[in-house]
Amino acid sequence: MNCPLYIRSVPTQGELKFHYTVHTSLDVVEEKISGVGKALADQRELYLGLLYPTEDYKVYGYVTNSKVKFVIVVDSSNTSLRDNEIRSMFRKLHNSFTDVMCNPFYNPGDPIQSKAFDSIVSTMMVQAC
Amino acid sequence: MDQGSAAGTGGTFISLSDTEQRCYSGLYALCQPDSSGKLAAGKVAELFRASQLPAETLHQVTEVCGAKRLGYFGCGQFYVALKLMAAAQVGLPVRLESVAGELPLPVFVGIMNELEMRYPNHPSTNESQPHILGSLTGSAPRPPADRPVLRHPDTSMDKQEAWSPPRSPGISPPRSPSAYRSYPYGAQRNGTDTLLAHDGNVPGRLSVPQENSSPSHYSLKLQSEHPVITCVASVERLVERAEIDYSDEPWRITEEQREYYTNQFRSLQPDLNALIMGTVAKNFFTKSKLPIPELSHIWELSDVDKDGALTFPEFCTAFHLIVARKNGYPLPETLPATLRPGFVEPGVVTVPPSEATEPLIVFDDKMMPGANQLEMGSVDLQMTSRPGVTAKQDTRDESRKPEFSPKRIPDPHEKPIQRVSTLKPDSPQELDANMKSRTRPRSYSSTSIDDAMKKVEEPPTPPPRPQKTHSRASSLDLNKLFQQSGQGAKSGWLPPPPALPPRPPATQIFSFLPGSEKSSQKAVQQPNFADFSKFREEQESSVRGGLSTEDLAPPKSDSTLRHQGHAPQKPVRRKLHPESESATPPSATPYSAATLTKSTQRPPPKQKREIQMAIRKNRETNAVLTRLNSELQQQLKVVHRERVTLESQLELLRPVAST
Repeated sequence: MNCPLYIRSVPTQGELKFHYTVHTSLDVVEEKISGVGKALADQRELYLGLLYPTEDYKVYGYVTNSKVKFVIVVDSSNTSLRDNEIRSMFRKLHNSFTDVMCNPFYNPGDPIQSKAFDSIVSTMMVQAC
Repeated sequence: MDQGSAAGTGGTFISLSDTEQRCYSGLYALCQPDSSGKLAAGKVAELFRASQLPAETLHQVTEVCGAKRLGYFGCGQFYVALKLMAAAQVGLPVRLESVAGELPLPVFVGIMNELEMRYPNHPSTNESQPHILGSLTGSAPRPPADRPVLRHPDTSMDKQEAWSPPRSPGISPPRSPSAYRSYPYGAQRNGTDTLLAHDGNVPGRLSVPQENSSPSHYSLKLQSEHPVITCVASVERLVERAEIDYSDEPWRITEEQREYYTNQFRSLQPDLNALIMGTVAKNFFTKSKLPIPELSHIWELSDVDKDGALTFPEFCTAFHLIVARKNGYPLPETLPATLRPGFVEPGVVTVPPSEATEPLIVFDDKMMPGANQLEMGSVDLQMTSRPGVTAKQDTRDESRKPEFSPKRIPDPHEKPIQRVSTLKPDSPQELDANMKSRTRPRSYSSTSIDDAMKKVEEPPTPPPRPQKTHSRASSLDLNKLFQQSGQGAKSGWLPPPPALPPRPPATQIFSFLPGSEKSSQKAVQQPNFADFSKFREEQESSVRGGLSTEDLAPPKSDSTLRHQGHAPQKPVRRKLHPESESATPPSATPYSAATLTKSTQRPPPKQKREIQMAIRKNRETNAVLTRLNSELQQQLKVVHRERVTLESQLELLRPVAST
């Protein structure tokens, strides 16, 4: 249930560390979305904000209404990335993701192999770096 | 971004020639520059790998062009890098000094194909390629050394050829540039007038010329090597004629193809303005037996509005991409301009004349899988060549056609040639007289496409599989009789006398089918005796699509015919026959015209026929709608089930959130 549909990192060295970070951040995401117990699902904000900062990097979370989680890990030294930018990145991710979902040939739960999705993610990452 | 003629890096100025300019801008666009002009690193890496240079050379290139320093590839760096790679491929050291002089364009294996398709360099190709067919190797076959330059030195797709010629304008055909099959070539070809015509469209269009060049390179012989993929080189011819231009674009939908797509769309969704749901489309396209990731990619390309459903233009696009893929063309990364839903081809007649189009959609080649391979090539032909220029040739070819038709598996060369010539009938232009003649040949070519299409999937309304009964060899008497009678009607094809004998039997069966129109259709296909039955069936099915051709036999008759086997078909033919015979002297005029006129000459029977046709049409529509209804009902059930599942899941999750 918690296997990644898509994971991409730039640069590719130390990718495993990012995988680990993303996986551990899932707990934080879960905690955040379960914390909104009083409110109904539609009142919950999709953008979760900074999940937790570590010494090297910051982790941001976003969850869709269908409980699909997006996690972005950015280098802490990259101070130029503001919250708005992160939000827009998530929005783009979400839009691309819905496009992938609309494809009838895509089975939900499969790893995402869409080239369009890849290209959007690459563009975003290049912009952010 | 200095897209201008110079690329600067670190103060060094390098001038680019026109062809290089074009080539590089094409490559630049291929690498998906973002808003600030930086290129997608992945794309650039892919391109670099495609250049087949050793890794250290690539590192050197990156360093020298300045990208390493900057950390990304901007326009300037990219251009310099391309130049350096060209130098490296020629053998010069990777230094800025090396790129000061004239160099051939860099060769990128695997990228050029796409590039060509997308960024036509120029119409080029025309000139030289006398031969019509070329085999364009799609993604798979790009056998570099396979294709010896048969007539064109550059035929080999080997990009490795060092070619200087590309630069020279008006390079004639077989020059190495064609090895690129892409833009540099096109640039050279500017000489031809025709190309100039669509110069303006270069950026946006698929490289017609490029496709031309590439396919043209491969002569028919190559075709035998790669029967599956043949491109129409006739396009070049057309280009030379300064006629239409984008005839050989593989990404342009020809009329016949559009007809076919329309029919298929109708089979899924009777209303052309409505949408085809995602699941329906998925099932439909899955029959094409393409791998799911490719289908997924095709969907992404064609569903422009991202709504999970396909409108009619989107459907055509998707279908066309599938057909192209089946024929070996690699899938483009982005949607070619000519396939965009909003694209309207100039002068395209959306509803081609019935006569002309009907036969096109025939799938008579289906019968022979082996032949189909060859014919698939012709599919390409059709896809690419569109021009009306060939019409003239068509008529000539048509006379030959009947002979060929019986031999379903003509030698590869001939077939493609014939197809080529016949392909084009710009349906709008040659309606009556030419149509008839053209339609016949077209049926060939269309069959190839049809074959390809058919092979692609078992469409919901598959044209009836040809019942191989009508081949000459089998059931001699009846078939021959019928065929002859049919032929007699054709007038153009056979001398009337032979047709006479069958008449009486025809008349008997005549009552069975109304509609001279129908027979006219059949008659049109008569020429292919052997294939005729299939042809007819195909036609019928295509007609079934609801073409609004003049008096096309209603689909019902088709289905009825089909159900009944050969016999019913024969009557149809025959029907035409008596009518045509009576109405006009068999000898002359173009078949379709003749039949049509005949029908007009006899109003009273025509009315009856019309009514009967209308009845059949309605019955057919009813059947289609019923089927559609049942399918929708099933979908509705599925959706209900899913909804229930989702709701239950939601319920399960809610308590978790609330705790």
